[in-house]
Amino acid sequence: MNKIDFICEMNSRLHGLPEEDINKSIDYYCEIIEDSVEDGKSEEEAVSSLGEIDEIVSQIMMDIPLSKIVKAKAKPNRALRVWEIVLIALGSPIWLSLLIAVFSVVLAVYISIWAVVVSLYAVVLSVAVSTLVVAIGIFVSLFKGLFLNSLIFLSFALVCAGLTILLFIGTNYFAKGTFFLGKLCVKGLKRMFVGRTAK
Amino acid sequence: MDIQLKRGLLDVCVLKAIKNEDSYGYKIIKDMKPYVEISESTLYPILRRLESSNMLTVRSAEHNGRLRKYYHITELGLKRIEEFKKEWEEILSIYKFIAKEDCNE
Repeated sequence: MNKIDFICEMNSRLHGLPEEDINKSIDYYCEIIEDSVEDGKSEEEAVSSLGEIDEIVSQIMMDIPLSKIVKAKAKPNRALRVWEIVLIALGSPIWLSLLIAVFSVVLAVYISIWAVVVSLYAVVLSVAVSTLVVAIGIFVSLFKGLFLNSLIFLSFALVCAGLTILLFIGTNYFAKGTFFLGKLCVKGLKRMFVGRTAK
Repeated sequence: MDIQLKRGLLDVCVLKAIKNEDSYGYKIIKDMKPYVEISESTLYPILRRLESSNMLTVRSAEHNGRLRKYYHITELGLKRIEEFKKEWEEILSIYKFIAKEDCNE
């Protein structure tokens, strides 16, 4: 791949991102290619030493906030005609409410997922607290001379302590997984907006 | 190495690479090479991040009939390097503690 091919490929892959970001990144990579050529590499070598184009594109994409991508995508390429503006204004009761509904649903799903995480941690905390309480129970019954009771309390305390540890580990994994999934979703959303639509 | 840790380190490395004289993308990578390998696609977001946090400024200058972007370190960038050195002393003393325990075992 030579420099021109590389630029074309980048352009089509980044289509949909804000214009400014596309130009800046392409300028940067062009400069690197030209400097490598000046340093004695061939153009093909210089381009291939940049690495996988997929990697380059996803690096650039990850660096731009989702809101900026959506804004750039929503901006029409040409000025709106009068009838289009009228239509948008007249249709606003419909599309605006739909848009708000979609956003609220997405937000609600997101919040409820994290609510599950929070409630799981609450369960862990409650089991931990009961461990403590039962442990106090051991000493209280020992103090009162009820050895059988203290034995029962001891077994309960051990069960609770074990549960606390197991639940805590499990919940941690769950929270990490949720975080990872959220990241994947954002990445996927970005992919939806940025694509090879230029072709 | 931990990604988060490496990211922070690379930021300071790039600042150091432009500390004594203004430099450009290709040269920064080349200058850092003996110490740390950094790819072009890794450097790009770092430069942008440092620019937006006002640690460096960018200017375009002509070179061989084309434009090249030169990166210039700001006061804030210089301060960051000094901060890093101080932080590192702390980390070094922690490291010494960890390594010492290993020797006794």
